[in-house]
Amino acid sequence: MSAVIVHGALIVAQIMLALAMGCTVYRMFKGPRAQDRVVALDALYVNAMLLLLTFGIRQGSNLYFEVALAIALLGFVGTVALAKFLMRGEVIE
Amino acid sequence: MTPLADLPLWAALVVAALVLLGAGLCLIGSVGLIRLTTFYQRVHAPTLGTTLGAGSILLASMLCFSLLESRPVLHEILIAAFVTVTTPVTLMLLVRAALYRDRIGEGSGEAPPPRSSSERKR
Repeated sequence: MSAVIVHGALIVAQIMLALAMGCTVYRMFKGPRAQDRVVALDALYVNAMLLLLTFGIRQGSNLYFEVALAIALLGFVGTVALAKFLMRGEVIE
Repeated sequence: MTPLADLPLWAALVVAALVLLGAGLCLIGSVGLIRLTTFYQRVHAPTLGTTLGAGSILLASMLCFSLLESRPVLHEILIAAFVTVTTPVTLMLLVRAALYRDRIGEGSGEAPPPRSSSERKR
């Protein structure tokens, strides 16, 4: 019973997160200016991280947690580097 | 399929509700990313998913794994703290960069004017 409830909720949540990722990808391709694309990329990272966490709950394995942590770290570094690039025109001065 | 069957019913309901709440908030934030019109409005939309959305999904994961392994599993706090700390930092940096680019000339007229003399010097 509880497995059925959690599985149903996880399937719905994964569909919602996939739709959210689709929205961010649409904004990333369409975004009129560069900063719109960077904001969309940041949101895409977070949505992908949460999607991996729901996969982890479904499989009951801790490996997905490590991947989600790596995605969170790399997303932060990537967004900061892109913001620095938009500001200065180069990443490392 | 097998590991989740050991969850008690109340925990299953709580985990399902938290996961659905988090995913719904992420979806609302991403739809807002499409529907809002200017960059300075759009920058607010994804924070809905990165704060409460990520928080509730991480809470669901913590609850699920703690009950399945019958010991407190708290390492999701790492991701929660990291996301909570880094989201305002990245958004501040991005808005600073966008303001700089808008004021330097190629702006589309949607940048807010400088508010004080200390900000105008930058």
